[in-house]
Amino acid sequence: MKALAWFSFLFGATFFILPLIGMAEFSLSMLRGVYSFEAYRVVLRDPAFQATFLYSVMMALGTIVLGIGLVVPTAYWVRLRLPQARPLIEFITLLPLVIPAIVIVYGYIRMFNTSSILPLTGSVTGTNILLLFGYTTLALPYMYRAVDTGLRTIDVGTLTEAAQSLGAGWVTILGRLILPNVLTAVLSGAFLTFAIVIGEFTMAALLNRPAFGPYMQLMGANRAYEPAALAVIAFGITWACMGLISVVGRLSKHTRAAR
Amino acid sequence: MRFQPLRWVGVLPFFAFSALFLIAPTLYIVINSFRSGVSAIEGANFWTLQNFRDLMTPSVINAYWVSIKISFFSAVLGCLIGFAMAAAVTFGQLPRVLKQPLLTFSGVASNFAGVPLAFAFIATIGPAGLITLWLRNEFGINLRVLGFNLLSTRGLVITYLFFQIPLMILIITPALEGLKREWREAAAILGATGAQYWRMVALPILFPSLLGTLALLFANSFGAVATAIALTGPSLNIAPILLYAQIRGDVLGSPNVGYALATGMIVITALANGLYIWLRTRSERWLK
Amino acid sequence: MAFLTISHLVKDFGSLRVVKDFNLDIAKGEFVSLLGPSGCGKTTVLRMVAGFEAPSLGSITIDGQDVTALRPNQRNIGMVFQAYALFPNLTVAQNVGFGLKVAGMAAAEQKARVSEMLDLIGLPEKGPSYPFQLSGGQQQRVALARALAVKPRVLLLDEPLSALDAKIRVSLRTEIREIQKRLGITTIFVTHDQEEALSMSDRVVVMNGGVAEQVATPFDIYNRPATRFVANFVGALSTLQARVIDAGAGRVALGEVEMTLSGPVPPGPSVTVALRPEAAHLGRGNGRETVLQGVIRDVNFMGSVIRIKADVAGATLSMDTFNRPDTPPPPIGSQAEISLAARDLIILEP
Repeated sequence: MKALAWFSFLFGATFFILPLIGMAEFSLSMLRGVYSFEAYRVVLRDPAFQATFLYSVMMALGTIVLGIGLVVPTAYWVRLRLPQARPLIEFITLLPLVIPAIVIVYGYIRMFNTSSILPLTGSVTGTNILLLFGYTTLALPYMYRAVDTGLRTIDVGTLTEAAQSLGAGWVTILGRLILPNVLTAVLSGAFLTFAIVIGEFTMAALLNRPAFGPYMQLMGANRAYEPAALAVIAFGITWACMGLISVVGRLSKHTRAAR
Repeated sequence: MRFQPLRWVGVLPFFAFSALFLIAPTLYIVINSFRSGVSAIEGANFWTLQNFRDLMTPSVINAYWVSIKISFFSAVLGCLIGFAMAAAVTFGQLPRVLKQPLLTFSGVASNFAGVPLAFAFIATIGPAGLITLWLRNEFGINLRVLGFNLLSTRGLVITYLFFQIPLMILIITPALEGLKREWREAAAILGATGAQYWRMVALPILFPSLLGTLALLFANSFGAVATAIALTGPSLNIAPILLYAQIRGDVLGSPNVGYALATGMIVITALANGLYIWLRTRSERWLK
Repeated sequence: MAFLTISHLVKDFGSLRVVKDFNLDIAKGEFVSLLGPSGCGKTTVLRMVAGFEAPSLGSITIDGQDVTALRPNQRNIGMVFQAYALFPNLTVAQNVGFGLKVAGMAAAEQKARVSEMLDLIGLPEKGPSYPFQLSGGQQQRVALARALAVKPRVLLLDEPLSALDAKIRVSLRTEIREIQKRLGITTIFVTHDQEEALSMSDRVVVMNGGVAEQVATPFDIYNRPATRFVANFVGALSTLQARVIDAGAGRVALGEVEMTLSGPVPPGPSVTVALRPEAAHLGRGNGRETVLQGVIRDVNFMGSVIRIKADVAGATLSMDTFNRPDTPPPPIGSQAEISLAARDLIILEP
């Protein structure tokens, strides 16, 4: 039994490590015969890389802000005032996991094209906004689940009543009371959103926006070594995001409000 | 309880957003797949199933079928290998320090999908990949000759496993931990061997979770586009890539047939996800 | 030759010795409780008898057969767990028949035996139900039926009543004992609840820190505790310091009052004596020749029993008296005479 366990584990571990080694090794092999960071140098100096990476970072940050702004008040409200809405909201937040992203963006292109009431695809700004909304939709399940879990562990009702009895208004309550206490949960959702948006391909490509995902795909079609470097960078970012989530989780033990 | 409209104000932004940017676009697609579209011949829009009939060309049916096969195999293999690894780390008496790193890595790997994942596999077992060359130079094993090509459906299945297996591990580990030690002991004291315990108690208890996760992995793989395009290029005949091509340039001949294609995809992923959720609720009922 | 013999059992977890040289002989059909606080090793001893833990030293013999090296599924022992441990995917009938199915019994015979067992525990119509549809008490009875269905040689119960409500605990306690007597099955019962242990057992083993401090009938455990720990753990106890006058003759004094103790007085200027609350009485009475003067400190009216605390001879003495409708309890602060029989004083070793 134990031998079988070791075999399964090592087999799996090998399967996961090999591609990582492969892409790392490949990315260092641009110059023939010697390991070097040449591929990285080329990539990082590429203005297209810088532009698309920046674009995706801005998109990610925007998605995070919009996501927080949408999810936190809603989750708070549902917990406090409207528990009946809960099943409906949970169902809605599950939809982006059921409906493939490609179908959602297809719907965007058809519904918001130049001959509709809301011609968002007609302008660059409009399309950017559409992509932002698309990303927010993709991140919705993760954001909501993170914030909902965070709210569950603090006694929202009592905190609110205490604040109200001291004269605080809604914005104050949300901004200075609720948000700091669910910060861990919000940050977890934020880092996960960042990881998702940075590498996203389908929506950006179909909306013709200069994001990091389509850039990577273009590189992959035309170059040999740079894609491997890009893959290493992308993996590093994903790893950093997940790592930050657990760091934030560990730090939260000191800042959580006392029950 | 009286209906108090004012209470629903707080959730209005959320509902407005999801209605406009999630539900409406999807419904637009689904509804219009049953509409004929404005055409020069027939005139105004009317309800029809013609789009779905037009969809049933050998090429499109093949696209769906290949997608189903890829999703099925990556789901089954992901389940088996993921289960083996999760069980190994939970019950296999391996050093306890291995468990948390495995779960952390699974969290990372399950999110490492899309374009960069394809690059990693091309760099490893692609035509000029690290392992491909190593096998050829050290052992004289030529993968191409043996019939293995990464840039194919089989290669796609293997690539998908990189995020399917971790997803399985993440979902099934809590279920495995939920198997109470006392059940194992009670079975043993009643005379059962390890194998009998697994056959009569543990696997039946885990079955809904296993089947449900299989469905989830299936749906996950079915809708994936980026990895496929990055790996095999936009010409592989699977449903998501076909839809991609349709969106880009109406390859199917009519926008409404494109809607039908998308609706077909939604039906398949919705069924699979529905199965997952149903089975998960059932198993939770037992284990109260 | 005892039916079940535990001999020099030792269990180490790393450098921690959890069970130290445990010995016990159990006769066939006997009901023995292992009683003690958390961490005393009682559950570990039980799990070693079951086979879930391997002893570091020592042996276990059942009906002449050394089972120490046997795996749990080879020992023909029944076990009931604290958390019921019913298989959630099987019906009650399938749970009870599990051991029979594993042993390859024919289906018709299985059905008959399962039926018999369900009758025994008083749940004949619950066969097709699932565990999650049953209450805690019902689940535990099913667990008992499941353990007994295979007709084991020994029955082990690991704090089976701890997870249940107080009322169910009391009724189930009686039921378990009745079933055990009817089947005549040798039983080991682990608990931290002394009331359970005293009311159910033929003999009680009081454990502390990995050793058995005393093995005796409930009557002896309560009235003749062998060590200070047993005296304190089982039942309520008041302790007093008595001045030694003549150790050889057993003469000691509480305050000014002299008395003769029954039992050897250890050497030294003073000795600690203990008294059960029902052995001290307000006022004088037959057979209680020792009379002490005290001041009432606390009166706890609990219904049929009134517990009175009084300052006596520099210590606090607890007295239990029965309620008498015509006699109200004495007011706090009043002087009172308290009488007891000197032979009821338990001498505690230093």
